[in-house]
Amino acid sequence: MPMNASDIERMIKEKFPDATVTIQDLRGDGDHYAAHVISAAFKGKSRVQQHQMVYQALRGNMGGVLHALALQTAPPED
Amino acid sequence: MSDNPVFDRIKQDINDNQVVLYMKGTPVFPQCGFSAAVVQILSHIGVKFKGIDVLSDPSLRDGIKQFSDWPTIPQLYVKGEFIGGCDIVREMFETGELKELLSEKGVLTAA
Repeated sequence: MPMNASDIERMIKEKFPDATVTIQDLRGDGDHYAAHVISAAFKGKSRVQQHQMVYQALRGNMGGVLHALALQTAPPED
Repeated sequence: MSDNPVFDRIKQDINDNQVVLYMKGTPVFPQCGFSAAVVQILSHIGVKFKGIDVLSDPSLRDGIKQFSDWPTIPQLYVKGEFIGGCDIVREMFETGELKELLSEKGVLTAA
């Protein structure tokens, strides 16, 4: 069963309460999403680390139920 | 987890080859749009790379995800270092960072 956008947003915000999360359903099929996540937790982390942190927040759903999530992460601009 | 025999094979591949792309399908016939996108970027930059098809071996397909702690394919390695998946490679290509990184690592021979 595909995940809906609000589940994805909720899981990310549970781990990063300060985050600004923007989710787009790319094809309207509940299976291909793009997420843009901005959080102070990403400060000083490499892109790989930032994405790994988001994947951890999604607890194993990425690559499984959620097969296509285009991810963009960044710390907030000062 | 660390005694997974596939890990030794992965370590050898990323040590023996300067640029390695774990992908679905082959560079000539990618079998997934995300893999195809990274092949296209690397070809556009003109860097030589070894494509390893994870679809040909289920233990490698799972093993590389554990090895990199990364849930998806494709995965790009440069000189033994994990650079990222499709999103990161694309973002780095767009900002010019990818080319910079490849020249810094000395793997970009073409001008």
